[in-house]
Amino acid sequence: MPQLSVLERLEILADAAKYDASCASSGTSKRDSRDGKGLGSTAGMGICHAYAPDGRCISLLKLLLTNHCIFDCHYCVNRKSSNVRRARFTPREVVDLTLSFYRRNYIEGLFLSSGIVRTASHTMEQLIEVARSLREDHDFRGYIHLKTIPEAEPELVERAGRWADRVSINVELPTEQGLARLAPDKKAPQIEGAMGTVRDAIIAGKDAKARYRSAPRFAPAGQSTQMIVGADATSDTQIVERASTLYRGFGLRRVYYSAFSPIPSASAVLPLKRPPLLREHRLYQSDWLIRFYGFSTSDVRRAAGPEGMLPLDIDPKLAWALESREIFPVDLNRAPREMLLRVPGLGTKAVDAILAARRHRTLRLEDVARLTVSVRKLRPFVTTADWRPVALLDRADLRAQLAPRPRQLELFA
Amino acid sequence: MIAATLPEPDDFEAWREEARRLVTQGHAPHEVSWREAGESADLFAARPAPSPAPAPSPAPATSTRTVRANRTFLERARLAILHRDGARLDLLYRILWRLQDEPRLLDDPADPDACALHALVRQVRRDIHKMRAFVRFRAVRDATGDPHYLAWFEPDHRIERANAAFFRDRFASQRWSILTPRLTLHWDGKSLNEAPPARREDVPAHDATEDLWLGYYRAIFNPARLKVGAMVKEMPRRYWKNLPEAAQIPALIAGAQQREVRMIASGSGPAENAPPASREALAQALAQCRRCPIGCNGTAPVPGEGPLSPQLLILGEQPGDTEERTGRPFVGPAGELLDTHLAHAGIAREQAYVTNAVKHFKFERQGKRRLHQNPTANEIDHCRWWLEAERALVRPRAVLALGASAGRALLGRTPSIGRERGGPIPLPDGTPMWLTVHPSYLLRLDGAAGTRETERFKADLALVSAHLAREHPLHTPA
Repeated sequence: MPQLSVLERLEILADAAKYDASCASSGTSKRDSRDGKGLGSTAGMGICHAYAPDGRCISLLKLLLTNHCIFDCHYCVNRKSSNVRRARFTPREVVDLTLSFYRRNYIEGLFLSSGIVRTASHTMEQLIEVARSLREDHDFRGYIHLKTIPEAEPELVERAGRWADRVSINVELPTEQGLARLAPDKKAPQIEGAMGTVRDAIIAGKDAKARYRSAPRFAPAGQSTQMIVGADATSDTQIVERASTLYRGFGLRRVYYSAFSPIPSASAVLPLKRPPLLREHRLYQSDWLIRFYGFSTSDVRRAAGPEGMLPLDIDPKLAWALESREIFPVDLNRAPREMLLRVPGLGTKAVDAILAARRHRTLRLEDVARLTVSVRKLRPFVTTADWRPVALLDRADLRAQLAPRPRQLELFA
Repeated sequence: MIAATLPEPDDFEAWREEARRLVTQGHAPHEVSWREAGESADLFAARPAPSPAPAPSPAPATSTRTVRANRTFLERARLAILHRDGARLDLLYRILWRLQDEPRLLDDPADPDACALHALVRQVRRDIHKMRAFVRFRAVRDATGDPHYLAWFEPDHRIERANAAFFRDRFASQRWSILTPRLTLHWDGKSLNEAPPARREDVPAHDATEDLWLGYYRAIFNPARLKVGAMVKEMPRRYWKNLPEAAQIPALIAGAQQREVRMIASGSGPAENAPPASREALAQALAQCRRCPIGCNGTAPVPGEGPLSPQLLILGEQPGDTEERTGRPFVGPAGELLDTHLAHAGIAREQAYVTNAVKHFKFERQGKRRLHQNPTANEIDHCRWWLEAERALVRPRAVLALGASAGRALLGRTPSIGRERGGPIPLPDGTPMWLTVHPSYLLRLDGAAGTRETERFKADLALVSAHLAREHPLHTPA
């Protein structure tokens, strides 16, 4: 077979990497290269250097080192039995690509993953070599995210965290049964074991850093994971509960959801139809509610209704509010922060602005309008000095009023 | 009216000096007209302030009053002054003036001035962030053979200087220059320098690595999930002209649905799902069908229509423009011709079930028109699953296939109409099938050929009519 060019291999291996949703480059330690020696900088906030027409941000060079794989996971485009084109990069080539992209300000850094070749540990060593070379040979100070292979030796997982800002291990499917059916080579206890190793190393690293300034850092941007949504019959509430277990148990920074999308050479076990992309969005919204709005999984269950599926036409917070009308309206001039966060249409920033503003004035509806995106959605749920929604809240058609009108899809937009 | 002039639109220190002086002298906001150097004098500067006349300002306490401004104001003002909005200077001065008596003014986000300042700051911050994201360097070798990275960028606001430190801290070890319509920033590895504005052409037109980046952008895009709105929200179109990858966006969007179709098609034969249990379920499921490219072209499917257990199923090729718009089979020009001949042959169309081999409309766009395109054999085969589901539900006792596509859908092979027309061909389940040409074929012919083919078509229909009369004595020619 003729040797493929760098461009051809880049296309194959980036194409293979796009099913990993994470492209975050945020939340790591602050670094720069003002001293003129290294290359790159990071700040608290990540930078999205471009957006693709799928609406996703391109922040990192997201690549597989190789898409050859000895595993046969049904949902994965790179599984052993799939007939996709295969390619591989040497660690050196990935290092060069990363640096030349970074120097042109295309990217914040590298997100490297790989199919499994020879053994899990061998593959992991190759990934670590890329990160090591970037850091040691080139003094690269940008962002590195390494996908960690749970089947690899635990000490390799720990080595990965020395060079990477973030490490991630994908739980892949929300349930153990789903994993057994669709990813026969992966074992849930092994995945969780590796996530536990990372968690312990992160805690130990933080602890050491607090005592000794020179202690090596360990994955300062923490660990994350990803679940595929819609490849099996798991309900939204099951997924949210699983995610919340993971957040608690492993101190995760993020759980990413990836709506199962039809992949080339799909296995016969899988649904051909993709789940609505909106489902992924609703899951992220409920994830946000739990992490930043003080919602519990039982609140999400309430929003989801008896089927355990979040409504697609309205957001989970509104769905929850419609099921919890007894606690509304909320008085914007008096209610505590926790209650304000429960009001549909109020985000964390708007809540902070309301709290600040009401120290200076008694809020009227026009004041609130200045602090929020829209008061229309808000009105049934709040009282202000000049507004009281009594009749609105009791209306049976409140949901219909607040849900967006069904819209004819544009055919050739 | 006092005119206060700023030497450079983003010179905050100059504004601060001048504003401090004016507040000290007790000049209320409506007495001061701010402008930037080079800007023509304010037309209204010499005239009285526009009505309603502002309330008389509190008299200046003393000429030596100390001017107070808290850190929040300074931080926000430093950013807001970079905004292109000419009114920002008046707003800043008004806030500074009010701060003297209302020191906590900016803590109240609902105050209209505080809110306006916040909006300016937010837009400037966003522009600063977008510049950090969207500057694209191209490398050239300089005289010493070292790479020199050059970029052309057009920010919305006057943020170039404010952003210089970011690029220095990130790329201190490489030589770079950012060229903008207002000024040029140079970093030579040791110091940051400013130069006069430049032109887009001063940046090299090509960089070999850029081809890799373009390839990466194409490959990382997932055509199975098109969300153009989300992209445009974060990467507004006005930035596209300086983003090399953005030139590919229209082609990527156009190809996306086609690519998804190929992915699904290559991974699967027809689905093994159970066929729909009712005609309503069938029509609903049909709307979701994306098993072949036609199903993904955005058109609505046209299910069959007619009674259950009909004497005859009439099968065409695929819906056309009129059919797609009305959602009914055989209502366009070919449908009208068919109706004429059916009536002539004594076959009641309303007693027959009428449908198509392919349920979606395949076309090629030409200007505003949608020109019919023949479905491929593969597409017909994909759609056979639906036809079989339909036949299982409807249970027709005879079938009339119009055209080779309809024949293929029933037989699984492309028949020869010339050889196989005229006699009933038994389908695998025993249902007799007659094969003839599609009426649109007659529409394309004229002259002698048209007359000859129309006669043969009539003869074929007469055979079917005779069969129906034999099988169903109640069937009488109208």
